[in-house]
Amino acid sequence: MKYLHLVVTGVTGLLLILGTLAMPDWGDPASPASSHVSPRYIEKGFEETAVPNMVTAVLADYRSFDTLGETVVIFTAGVAVLLILRTRRDED
Amino acid sequence: MITRQQSLIVKTVCRLLVPFIQMFGLYVIMHGHSSPGGGFQGGVILGSSFILLSIAYGIDEVKRRFSLPALTVFTSLGVFLYAAIGVACLFLGANFLDYGVLPVAEPRSMGMLGIEIGVGITVMAVMVSIFHDLITFE
Amino acid sequence: MGDLIVDHINSIIYIVLMMIGFYAMTGKTNLVKKLVGMNIFQWSIILFFVSIGAKRGSTIPIVEGEHGHGAELVLEASHYVNPLPHVLMLTAIVVGVATTGVALALLLRIYKGYGTLEEDQLLERMRASSDAR
Repeated sequence: MKYLHLVVTGVTGLLLILGTLAMPDWGDPASPASSHVSPRYIEKGFEETAVPNMVTAVLADYRSFDTLGETVVIFTAGVAVLLILRTRRDED
Repeated sequence: MITRQQSLIVKTVCRLLVPFIQMFGLYVIMHGHSSPGGGFQGGVILGSSFILLSIAYGIDEVKRRFSLPALTVFTSLGVFLYAAIGVACLFLGANFLDYGVLPVAEPRSMGMLGIEIGVGITVMAVMVSIFHDLITFE
Repeated sequence: MGDLIVDHINSIIYIVLMMIGFYAMTGKTNLVKKLVGMNIFQWSIILFFVSIGAKRGSTIPIVEGEHGHGAELVLEASHYVNPLPHVLMLTAIVVGVATTGVALALLLRIYKGYGTLEEDQLLERMRASSDAR
């Protein structure tokens, strides 16, 4: 009972490792993550957007709506910390 | 609360270093097109320059130069700039955030630069705001 | 068997890191240690995703050459690292920073209200203050 946390952690780790042994090899150029929409971003990105950095081209042009949502997330975090921590002492 | 100032050596070194840190942060934002970087990375570097100043000089000195209402305005200014570029594309007849119709040379590249600047401003202001709130709470 | 392990060495290492974070989240009773465990867990997942996009014998996803003259270059997809996991993980990093900031603010409030950050003492004081009402 004292070592319940360790046992649960170990069992979870073993199950996860067994699960990932069936995934594609590390560094495989034909893995499913690099096969469907990613070659189009690499091949057509420079001639459509004239920006050499592919990561910025995908982040700010092809997926710019997600970046707008992410900026709102960081803005909301600032507002949340402001609401939790800034108190106004009423002086009479 | 950080109100105590550090020794003279620490204060002088920080005061000499902060302009170069801010210049590097601006370089990372603007050069995000051709080298690793972009809005988030440059914004965090700019924010950390203000945090370094407040560790060396005390939070009151930094609040005198960069007041708290101005900080709150800056957090919303970045998101407003981002959405304004998107709505400008709407008014010119295309979809939201479709930069091809902006009336500048190389419109997609310039649209990307505009939104990265907006993201950098918001991230810088939020970093300094969260740090200030965590420090001045008692 | 050895080939299987070497081909998936990135998953195994990042799952070990993830389990370290998981043990810190569930096995420790101090709230700050739980928060640090959550951070380790998040970072292990981010690193795992970035390692999925690697390709053998490829370079960073930045096109060399002059800015703006793009129509003449022929780019092959297998020469460059997959940029999609990098993009998705930028968002994940920012979300992690936001979560950690709000969690630290909540911890400050809890400490001011109850005077302790240990889980069992905290539960006792919460029960005591709700019984006294």
